Amino acid sequence: MVKQAFGAISATALAALWSAPAAAAWTLNLREGVTELSREIYGLHMLILWICVVIAVAVFGVMIYSIATFRKSKGAVPADFDHNTKAEIIWTVIPVLILVAMAVPAARTLVKIEDTRGAELTVKVTGYQWKWQYDYVDDGVAFFSTLSSASNEARQLDSGVDVHQVENYLLDVDNPMVVPVNTKVRVLVTAADVIHNWWVPDFGMKKDAIPGYINELWFRADTVGTYRGQCAELCGRDHGFMPVVVKVVEQAEYDTWLAGQKAARQAAATPAAQTAAAAAPTTNANETTTTVLVANAE
Amino acid sequence: MSANQTHGHAAAHDHHDDHGPAKGIMRWLTTTNHKDIGTMYLIFSLIMFFIGGSMALVIRAELFMPGMQLVDPGFFNTMTTVHALIMVFGAVMPATVGLANWMIPLQVGAPDMALPRMNNFSFWLLVAAFSLLILSLFMPGGGPAAGWTLYPPLVLQTGDAFPLAIFAIHLAGASSIMGAINIIVTIMNLRAPGMTLLKMPLFTWTWLITAYLLIAVMPVFAGAVTMLLTDHFFGTTFFAAAGGGDPVLYQHIFWFFGHPEVYIMILPAFGIVSEIIPTFSRKRLFGYDAMVYATASIAFLSFIVWAHHMFTVGMPLAGTMFFMLSTMLIAVPTGVKVFNWTATMWKGSLTFEPPMLFALAFLFLFTIGGFSGLMMAIAPVDFQYHDTYFIVAHFHYVLVPGAVFAIMAAVYYWLPKWTGYMYDMKLANWHFWTSTVFVNLLFFPQHFLGLAGMPRRIPDYSTQFADWNMVSSIGAFGFGLSQLIFVWVIIKCAKGGTKASDHVWEGAYNHGLEWTVPSPAPYHTFDEAPVVK
Repeated sequence: MVKQAFGAISATALAALWSAPAAAAWTLNLREGVTELSREIYGLHMLILWICVVIAVAVFGVMIYSIATFRKSKGAVPADFDHNTKAEIIWTVIPVLILVAMAVPAARTLVKIEDTRGAELTVKVTGYQWKWQYDYVDDGVAFFSTLSSASNEARQLDSGVDVHQVENYLLDVDNPMVVPVNTKVRVLVTAADVIHNWWVPDFGMKKDAIPGYINELWFRADTVGTYRGQCAELCGRDHGFMPVVVKVVEQAEYDTWLAGQKAARQAAATPAAQTAAAAAPTTNANETTTTVLVANAE
Repeated sequence: MSANQTHGHAAAHDHHDDHGPAKGIMRWLTTTNHKDIGTMYLIFSLIMFFIGGSMALVIRAELFMPGMQLVDPGFFNTMTTVHALIMVFGAVMPATVGLANWMIPLQVGAPDMALPRMNNFSFWLLVAAFSLLILSLFMPGGGPAAGWTLYPPLVLQTGDAFPLAIFAIHLAGASSIMGAINIIVTIMNLRAPGMTLLKMPLFTWTWLITAYLLIAVMPVFAGAVTMLLTDHFFGTTFFAAAGGGDPVLYQHIFWFFGHPEVYIMILPAFGIVSEIIPTFSRKRLFGYDAMVYATASIAFLSFIVWAHHMFTVGMPLAGTMFFMLSTMLIAVPTGVKVFNWTATMWKGSLTFEPPMLFALAFLFLFTIGGFSGLMMAIAPVDFQYHDTYFIVAHFHYVLVPGAVFAIMAAVYYWLPKWTGYMYDMKLANWHFWTSTVFVNLLFFPQHFLGLAGMPRRIPDYSTQFADWNMVSSIGAFGFGLSQLIFVWVIIKCAKGGTKASDHVWEGAYNHGLEWTVPSPAPYHTFDEAPVVK
C-alpha cells in the first residue's frame, strides 16, 4: 500500500517535473520590476552579484589550484612560511575599497527610497489575520482584499483540486488595490493584530505592517498591469494565504473605478445608516476598525 | 596513508585506576569528567540533529509540490519554529560545547574543566530544556508556531505550549552561560606552563571568544523572553502598542542577542577548520595572529550590526545606513580568514582524509554563504531579499555546509583520539560525497526561489515556484538519509577497528597537545601539567 502510494507520488512528481518547462518556470533571478526604484535595486543586485562572481572566481580559483597542485601524492613538499605581511595588507585593503565602491550607489538608492515627499495618492494598507484592507484616505474609499475563492478552495488539505489548473494560484484576490499609472503613490503600512509585511516584488518594495506603527513606502509604476506579491512576515496559520494584488491602470480607468467604489459605498451606507438608527452597534465594521487603528497608531 | 604509526612520543600520563569511571548509568548521571560530559553533549546533539532534521523533512515533504497534501498550515509553522530552535540550541551549540569539553582541556594541557560539577549540571539542564520544548508540541493549541525569533504580538497567540517553550529557552540559556563560564575559567586558569594565550590552538581561541559572546548575550535573550512571559500572563505591555509598549523593541532586543548568536555558532567552526587545514596541508596555519585578531573583530562587530535583520521594519534613514555599513565591514575580517586558510594550503603537501574533505567543503560553501550575506547587507536590495527563500538559502549555507560540516570535520578529526580506533575511511568518504552533493541540491535552488519572489515560512506556494521546490526537497531527503552513514561510521568506530596511533594523522605533529596523549585519551589526562616550550 505504502509502496503504491509512494509510486503514485513519484509518478506525479516526475510528470510535474517534466511538464514544468511548459509553465516557463525555473526562474533564476530577481525581476526588474516596473518602477524606477525596482530597476535601480535590480541594477544594484546585479552589480553586487557580479562583484561576488569575480571575487569567487579568483578565490575559488586559487583554492582549486592549490588542491590540484600541492598534493602529497604528487610529491609536494610543504614550504615553511606562515605569514606574509605584504599579502595580508593587500587582502585587507582591497576588500575595503570594493566595499566602498558598493556602499556609494547603495546609499544613493537608499536615500531615494526613503523620500516619500510629493506623493500624488496616499493609500493606507492595514494587515489583518489574514487579509489586507486598502483605505484611500483622501477619497473615503476602503475595502478588504482576501484570497480568491478558487485558490482558497484549492489550498485546503487534500482538496483534490489540481492547483496547476487554478489561475494565479495563491496570488489572486477578490478586490485588488487599484492605482493609476505614472503616479507617485505613497503607501502607509500598518496592522491591526500581529505584524505582517506588504510586498510587491515588481515595485521593489517591502515594508513591515506593525500594530501601533505607520510605516511608509512609495512607488511610481510606469507600466499598466496586474502585479502580485505576498505577505512577507510570518503572521500565523494562514500567513501563506494573504496575497497582495495591485492593478496599475490608466488614469481614466482609475477615475471610473474610484467613482464606482464611491457610489457602491454610498449605496451600502444608506441602508446601513437606517439600520444603525434601529440598532446602534451595527455600524460599518470597516469604519470601526479603522478608527480604532488610527487611535492605536498615535 | 592516513594514520601515523610513529610511537614513542613521551606523554606524561599516569593511569589512576582507582579514579576510573563509576559503573553503569551512574557514571553518566553523576560524572564530572570532561570527556564523559563531552561525549554526552555530542550524543545529545546528534539525537537533536535527527529530531530537528525530521522536522525539516516534514517541511520539505509538504513543499515537495504545490497544494496542501500532508499537514495543517498551523502545524507547518510549528515545524519551522521548532526545527530552528532545536537545530540552533539543541544541535549546533551543544555539539560545539561537546567538542570544547573534550578538546579544550586536552589542547591547553589541563587535567579537566575548571568547574566539573557545574559542567555536569549544565549538560543535564540541557536535557531538561529540550524535554520541555518537545513536550510543548503536544500541548492544547499545538506547539510554538511563531518562528524561532518569537516575535510578538504573534507569539502571544501561542496556546499552552507558550510557557513551556519560554522555560525551555531559559534552561538552555542557563546551561549555555554555565558552559561559557566554565570554558573561560578553564582557559584562563588551567593552561599548562608555557601555554601562553598566543600559543593556544585556534579552536581554543575561537571558543574563548565565543564564550564571552555567550555570557554577553544569553542574559539579554533571557530578558526578552521573560518580558514576553509577563506580557502574556501578568498584564504587562512591554511589546503591546495598545498599552504603550513597542513590538519593534522586542526585535531590537532579540537581534542584539541573535546576531552574536550567529557567531556563537560559527566561530568554533572557524576554529575547527583552522586546526584541520594546517594538519592536512602539513604546514603551520598562515597568519595565526591575524586569525585571532580577525575572530575578535568579528565578535566585536557582531554587537553593532543587529538591525540588518530588520531593514524592513521602518527604521530612520540614518539607522538603516549605519547598519548597512557596519554589516558590510564584517566582510573584511571574514575575508582575512578565508584568505589565510587558502594561504595555509598554498605550497603545502595536501592529503584528503575525511576531516580535510569536510573542511574544504566548508571553505567553499561557507564562502558562498558569505557572498549572499554581503548581498543582503546592501539595505536597498535587502528590501527585495528580506524574508524570502534567499535568506533561507543564505543562513542554511553558513549553518549546514558551514557550522555543521565543520562539526562533522571535527568528529572525523578527533574520533580516533576519542575511541582509540580508526574509522572506516571508505564509509566516511561516502558520507562526505553524498552530503556535499545533496546539501547543494537542497539549498542552492532556494536562492532562485527567493529571487523569484517566494516568501519564507509558507506551507504552500504559487505554481511558478514548483520546480525548484521539488529539486530542493529531493536534496533534503538525500541529505537526511546521508546522515545515517555518519551514525554508522561512528558506531562502527566506537566498537573497534584498526588501532589509532597517538598522533593519528601524519600532519598532526606540532598541532596541539591533544596529539601527545595516547589514543584513546585516558580517562584522566595531564595529572601533571606538561611543559610547553
